[in-house]
Parts: sequence; C-alpha cells; structure tokens
Amino acid sequence: MSSTHATVRDPLDVARIQADFPILRRTVHGKRLVYLDSANSSQKPQSVLDAMDRHYREYYANIHRGVYTISEESTAAYTGAHEKVAHFINAGSMREIVFTKNITEAINLVAYSWARANLRAGDPIVLTDMEHHANVVPWHILAAERGVELRWITLTDDYHLDLTDLDQLLDGAKLLAVSGMSNVLGTINDIPRLAEAAHAAGARVLVDAAQAVPHLPVDVQAWGADFVGFTGHKMLGPSGIGGLWAPEDLLDAMPPFLGGGEMISDVSRDGFTPNELPWKFEAGTMPIVEATGLAAAIDYLEALGMDAVRLHEKQLTAYALNALDERFGDRLTIYGPRDVETRGGTLSFLLDGIHAHDVSQVLDEDGVCVRAGHHCAKPLMRVLGVPATTRASFYVYNDEADVDTLVDALVTAEKFFAI
Amino acid sequence: MPGLEDLYREIILDHYRAPRNQGELPVPPANKVEAFNPLCGDEVTLYIDIGSGEVRDLKIAGQGCSISQASTSMMSAAVKGKSLDEIRRLIRAFKALMSIHESKLEGESDGSDLSRDLEGVRLGDLEALQGVVKFPVRIKCATLAWNALQQSLDEADTPA
Repeated sequence: MSSTHATVRDPLDVARIQADFPILRRTVHGKRLVYLDSANSSQKPQSVLDAMDRHYREYYANIHRGVYTISEESTAAYTGAHEKVAHFINAGSMREIVFTKNITEAINLVAYSWARANLRAGDPIVLTDMEHHANVVPWHILAAERGVELRWITLTDDYHLDLTDLDQLLDGAKLLAVSGMSNVLGTINDIPRLAEAAHAAGARVLVDAAQAVPHLPVDVQAWGADFVGFTGHKMLGPSGIGGLWAPEDLLDAMPPFLGGGEMISDVSRDGFTPNELPWKFEAGTMPIVEATGLAAAIDYLEALGMDAVRLHEKQLTAYALNALDERFGDRLTIYGPRDVETRGGTLSFLLDGIHAHDVSQVLDEDGVCVRAGHHCAKPLMRVLGVPATTRASFYVYNDEADVDTLVDALVTAEKFFAI
Repeated sequence: MPGLEDLYREIILDHYRAPRNQGELPVPPANKVEAFNPLCGDEVTLYIDIGSGEVRDLKIAGQGCSISQASTSMMSAAVKGKSLDEIRRLIRAFKALMSIHESKLEGESDGSDLSRDLEGVRLGDLEALQGVVKFPVRIKCATLAWNALQQSLDEADTPA
C-alpha cells in the first residue's frame, strides 16, 4: 500500500492540470473555486470544450445519412468516439458500445430490453444496499410490472458488501445489478469475484460503473460482467452522453429499446428490421457533438494514464482522511471504508450536530463546492440511519490545498453552529 | 452578496438548537401530517388538534437542516391557539415573505402582492426567515412545515 504521508510524489502534475480547466480560474464570493463535487459531475478541460466547438464550427451535420463531406466527417467523429470508448474500457469492438444520454438510460435499456424479454414473475434480481437510484428504480418498476423479486446484499460494519450469504442470495437469481464504486461510500466492489459467483448461479451481471470508469482503470473483459453502464459528464466529458457495454452476442439477442430513426435497416407497413450493432439501440438523432466531447475527455484521461489518476486519488484521499481525523476526531463521522486500497476519492461525512445542508452552505462562502443530501441513494441513507450526508469528492484537478481549504471551512462551520 | 448572517439569524439558530412544541399528540383526535424535502431528506411531522375553528394544540417532530427545523419550530409557536382564518392569513403572509404569491399562481398580475398578502398580519419572529429568499435553494427548507400545515387545514376542511 502506498504511504499516506503528504510528501509522497503525486503522479499527476496537478498545477498543470488545473490550468487546463478554465472554470477553476473563477472565484466565488471572492474566493478561489474549490470544486469537490466531481462524483456528482466533473469539470471539463479546454480540450473538450475546443473539440466540441470545432465540431460545431467546422463539420457539424447529422450522422449516418448525408453523402456530403461534412456529414461524412461528422459520422467519422461519432463512430470514432465509439471506438475510443471501446478501447478505453477494453471492449471487444465498437459494436459493443451503445451510446445513451446517460447511465440512467443505459440501465433502463437493460431493464426494458433484456429484462423484459428474459424475466418472469418470481425471478429474483439481486441488488445491493449501496446502489444509486438509477440502479434501483428501474428494477422497482419491473417488479411492479412483472412481479420479479428484489433481493438485497447488505453492508458490513466497514462499508463493504456483506458476501457471507452471497450464494444463497444468488440462488435462482437471473440478474445481479451492482455498483462498481459507491457514489456515497466510495467503496470499490470486487466485480470479478461477484461476476464469477453470479455466473456460477446462472445470473447475468450489470455493473453501474458511473463512478468506476472516471476514476479507475476499467477492463470490462477482466471484470467478466455482462452489462456495464457509464456516463460522460463524470469523466471530464459533456452531459447528455453515456453508454452501455455488453458483449455482441448478448446485444444481438436483445430486442430494440427505443424505436425510431437510425435504429432500423428497413421499415414497411408490415414491420421493421433492426439495424446492426450498435446502431440498433441508438434511435433518433443522438448527442453527436457530445460524443466528440467524450472522445476528447478520454484522450485527456489516457494522456494522464488511468493508473496515475487512481494513484493520485488514493494519495489525496489518504491525505484527506488523515486531515479530517486530526482536526475533528470523533466529532466527524466518515461513512465509508478507511483503507484507500478499497475505496475511491468520495468522502461522505457528518459533522456532529450540524446538518449536511448547513455545512455545505457555510462551505460555499469559502468557495468550496460539496454535495449535501441523500446522493440519490435513499435506501443506503436508511441503512446508515441518516437523512443526508455532506460529500466531498476528488478528481484529477484537486490537490492537498483543496483538502486544506475544505478542512478550514469545516472548522468555520463548526464554530458557526456551535451550541 | 448576501452573507451567512442574513441566512442564519440568531433567533433561527435559537429555534434550531431548542425547538419549541416538540412531541406527539394522540391520533385521533389530532391529525398527523408529514412532509418531505426530497432534495435534502428533510422531514417534518405535525400533530395538529383542530376544533371549534382553531388550532387547540400542535406538536412537531422531524429532522433536517437548521432552516427547516427552525421554521417548523417558529411556525408551531405562531399558530398555537390561533383561529383557522388567522392561520390561513399567516400562511399566505409567510409564503409572500418567501416570494411565493398564491395570486401569481392563479395568473393575476403580481403588482403589490407582498403588501397585500402581509396586510394585517404580524409575522414577528418569523420575519427573521426573510433572509432565506436570498438563498433560493433553501426556500423549500423554510416552507416545508408550512406546506404540511396547509395540508392539515385542507384535510380538516374535508373530513374523511
């Protein structure tokens, strides 16, 4: 394990990275912007903004249909973005990458297409207590409609999945839907182990990788899952684009999700023939320029190296855990694992006696952006027994000075609300 | 730029630290109403005993941020023993203070809504919550209890 000492060399040149993000030059209430809400949505580097601007200015046209030059250029960029994603997460080919508007739509695609074609009343779906609503509500809707049974993997005292009864939970299950990395606790789940157990039980595996893909080196083939969803806006890309990975044979066997233009190869009065992969699942005019932005974001991350991104966040998280402990001790509760080897840079916490909303209001005065609330994980909040937490989350542009500002602002909040 | 002292006035922090009228009432005769703010997970529960055209007793419970809990406490102190008519005027005045004008929702011109809504109503301590308007995201925190109060009066109007 890497040392938690502050003088360990950061594998990223954060000062240079910060200069790539125009928004980090602004001030809020006269203070430097300290953006600690990347688990919610990340900021965008100049290269992403430039790539999108250039697409609109120089070769914007709809894709797949024009024979003219700029339409071909636009189509090539859009197709190239699929290839970029496929390479980034080690998919077999770009035919396995379906673009959606976000990961919520990707999970709904699986729920409406694969699940409705394959699941019947009483079929169990296994979820976990740390899932985001995007990986809960589609299955609640299916349960109400089809009568599938929802089972839940609970948490251990150290905020990991309790796998003691995993085989029983998976017995007869048709699907395991699990987060790659919790957006609240930061917990990184052991996907290869979960996928192996699920497959042994005959269940498919869906991974909500909204947090994992931006922050960890992800290899979908090494994970061994069947469906992996991701979203662009949390990985330096624009909002409005995300996607689903699944192996080609699985996507081929699934019925279409949304019907409309571009997802067909033929339509007549009698019916339609779906298009080839991945276009079969991309109905209507897609987020064309957003795909270009996502490709530029992946270029940026690949230039940094995902191993370096992960190491940077491990070091910064260790620094933050240490700083919070030293300054607040028992007055601050962190909801998540302590070992940075099994957690990402997402820190949820409560300061004794101060509501998360009030903490984040005081922090805003110092230019510090954190999220306060239930983080779209109300089942987890119920398990933790809290109505809300404050969450600080780190990314490539954050450094120890940001953590120091956070800690100082928390001291201010504590003084302000002192009883 | 509004500062924190505009939002967190001393009287608000006082009600947050020491909420008035905490507890429960037997249901029935009291009516129980709950309200939630899905944004931040705030919860407010009102036990309200209405009879002879007035609120005879009221107890509050819940959890949440200082603004939602202080507003609930201040509301409980303001409505206890008041007639239902007085309370309706108070709700209207408080919402006007929060820049929510019922008449605007009905499509009338906004003109002098605030002065009309506040006419003849003494807000007292509640005026301390005025600073919330400068922090738009927090208006829902401040109005949570008042929406629950409105709901309980509406339910009292149409007995099951």
